[in-house]
Amino acid sequence: MNKETNAILVDPLHLKNPITLHVLGICSALAVTTKMETAVVMSLALTFVLVLSNISISLLRNKIPGSIRIITQLAIIASLVIVADQVMKAYIFDVSKQLSVFVGLIITNCIVMGRAEAFAMGNPPLKSAIDGFANSMGYAIVLLLVGFFRELLGSGKIFGITIMESVNNGGWYFPNGLMVLAPGAFFLIGLMIWLQRTLTPEMQEEEN
Amino acid sequence: MEFSNKYIVCFALALCLICSATVSSLAVVLKDKQEANKLLDKQMNVLRVAQLIETDEEPNPEKVTRIFEDIEVLTFDQATGNPVEIRNVWKFNPLKNSKTDEGGVDASDPRAKRVAIKRMPKTLLAYRVKTAGKECLVLPIYGNGLWSLLLGFLAIELDTSKVVGITFYEHLETPGLGGEIDNPNWKALWPGKLCFDEDGNPAVEVVKQGAVKNPATQVDGISGATITSKAVGNLVQLWLGDTGYGPFLRQQRGAQR
Amino acid sequence: MELINLALKAIFVENIVLAFFLGMCSFLAVSKKVDTAMGLGLAVTFVLAITTPLNNLVFHYLLKEGALTWMLGDTAQDMDLSFLGFIAYIATIAAMVQIVEMVVEKFSPALYAALGVFLPLIAVNCAILGSSLFMVQREYDLAESTVYGIGSGIGFWMAIVALAAIREKLKYSNVPPGLRGLGITFITTGLMAMGFMIFAGIQL
Repeated sequence: MNKETNAILVDPLHLKNPITLHVLGICSALAVTTKMETAVVMSLALTFVLVLSNISISLLRNKIPGSIRIITQLAIIASLVIVADQVMKAYIFDVSKQLSVFVGLIITNCIVMGRAEAFAMGNPPLKSAIDGFANSMGYAIVLLLVGFFRELLGSGKIFGITIMESVNNGGWYFPNGLMVLAPGAFFLIGLMIWLQRTLTPEMQEEEN
Repeated sequence: MEFSNKYIVCFALALCLICSATVSSLAVVLKDKQEANKLLDKQMNVLRVAQLIETDEEPNPEKVTRIFEDIEVLTFDQATGNPVEIRNVWKFNPLKNSKTDEGGVDASDPRAKRVAIKRMPKTLLAYRVKTAGKECLVLPIYGNGLWSLLLGFLAIELDTSKVVGITFYEHLETPGLGGEIDNPNWKALWPGKLCFDEDGNPAVEVVKQGAVKNPATQVDGISGATITSKAVGNLVQLWLGDTGYGPFLRQQRGAQR
Repeated sequence: MELINLALKAIFVENIVLAFFLGMCSFLAVSKKVDTAMGLGLAVTFVLAITTPLNNLVFHYLLKEGALTWMLGDTAQDMDLSFLGFIAYIATIAAMVQIVEMVVEKFSPALYAALGVFLPLIAVNCAILGSSLFMVQREYDLAESTVYGIGSGIGFWMAIVALAAIREKLKYSNVPPGLRGLGITFITTGLMAMGFMIFAGIQL
C-alpha cells in the first residue's frame, strides 16, 4: 500500500477522526451509545451507507450537474439508508426498534454528506471507498468506546451480559444513572477529546 | 463542465427511477418478513405477561403459533362489552383509533388526566388464554409516565378477581428508576392482588415505597420513581374502571357463573 | 392546554438538542458568538415551523397505509408507502429550504443578510429531519405537528444562544490545552443538558 492510501486509511482513525476533530456525526454518536449492541449496529449501518455512497457518488462525479449536486447526493444517500433500514426491520427487528429514528438520521449524518462533498466528488471510486471505510471506522471507534463506558458504568453490563451485578438485582454495584442519560454521553466525549488532544498536541485548538 | 438543461432533466429522472425502483422492490420483497416480525413481537409480549414463556426466551415462530392456538382474540364495544367484528385483529390499534372522531370518546375519568390520556377508545381488544393451568385474560393497557407513553399488558384471572401479572413492553422511563417497572422483582409483587373491591370499583393500587398497609390490594411503589409508580397505579385503575375494560369484565364475570 | 403542554415539552423537557442530540454539528460549530447563534436559531425555528406540518401532510395524504384513497379509491386501502418516508421528508425539506431562501432574499434583504449563509446548511441539519421523523413516529395531527415544530425550533434557539453566551465568556478562562474549544464545549453542553432535565414531569 503506498503512502497516500495509507494516509487515507489511517488518518480518520485518530488524527483526523470525523467525530473528535471534524465534529461530524455527533448526533447519533450520543444517542445510540447507551448499549454496545446498538452502537455496533449503528456503526455497521453507517459503514454500509458511507462506503456505498462514496463509491456511487465517485462513479458519477463527472456526470452530476452542478445545480442539482446536493439533492443528487441526498437522493443517493437517502435510498441507501432506506435499504439499510428495511433490511434491519426484516432481520434484526429488536435492535431496529431501539434505534428508532436514528437510522433515518444517517441521511443527515454530516459525515456522509461531508465525505461525499470533500472526497468522493473529487476522487476515483476505489480511493473513495477506502476513505468511506476509514471514516466509518473512526466513527465506530468513538461509538464503541463511548458505548462501552456508558453501558458498563450505567447498567453494569456489556452487550447485555451482566459484569457487575446491580443493587436492584441483589448485587453490589450502584448503576451510574448519569451514564445512561444524555449528559453522561456529553461528558464522556468531552473527556475522550481531552485525552486524545493531550496525547496528540497538534490536534489542539489555538488559544484566541 | 457545462450541462445542458435537457441533460439535467434526464439525469434527474434517471436518478429518481433507479432509486425508487431499488427501494420499492426491496420493500416489497421484505414486507412479509417485516410484518411477521412485528406480529411475532406483539404476540411474544402477550405470552410473557400470561407467563406462557420465559421473559428472556428467544422468539420462536412455530412455538408461538402453537401456543396461540389456545388463545382467543376478543374485540368488543367498550361501553357494553358486546363483541364487535374487526377486519384485521392483529392490525387493530385501539390507541390510534381513539384519536379519531368515530373511534374514541373524550376521557371522563380523572385518572385519565393524571396519565395524560385525552381520549378513550370505543372498541377494545383483549386476549383470553385457554391453555390448561394458565387461563387468564390479557388486557392491553397504556398511559403516560414521567418521560414516555407506557405500553403494557395486565393479565387477570378469568373470573376477574385477581391479577396474574403485569408487563410494560414499551417505554422510555429513566433506567434504574422508572425503568424498574421492567424489573422481575417488582413485577413479582403483582400476582394475587385483588382487582376489584366489594362495590366493584378498581382496588389494586400502587402506594409509596414501604407504605403498604393492605397487601391484598396494594403494590409497593419503586423507590425514587414516584411519578412512574403513580402513573402505573393510575393507569391500571383507569383501565379496570368503567371507561376501560370495566363493562367487559362485568360481562365476563356474569358469563363465568 | 394540550398544545401548550406539547410546546413546553418540546422546548424544555425534550429539547431537541440537549435531550435528543439532534442538530449537534451546527450547534457546536456555530455557537462561538451570540450573533451567529441568534441567526441560526431563528433560521432553524423558521424552517421547522414550515417543514414539520408540511411533512405531516405528506405522510397523511401520500405515504401512510390507505392514504392514497383520495386519489385512487378503495384499491389503495392496503397500500403502505411509508418506507419512502425518509426520501419524501428530506426532499420536502430541501425544497422548502430552497423556496424559503428565494422568498426571503426577494422580500427581506435584511433578513436574508442575517440568515442567508445558514439556510442551505439547515437542509441537512439532523434536527429538521429528526423533528419530522419523531412527528411521524408519535402520530401527531396537523396542529400538534406545527406546535411541535415551532417548539423544537425555540428549544434549539434557546440552547444554542445560551451555549454561545457561555462560550464567549469561556474565552477569558484558563482552559487546559487539551480541553480548549471542543472539549470544554461538550462538558458545558452536558451540564446544560442536566439542567434541562429538571423540567421532566411538569404538566399544566
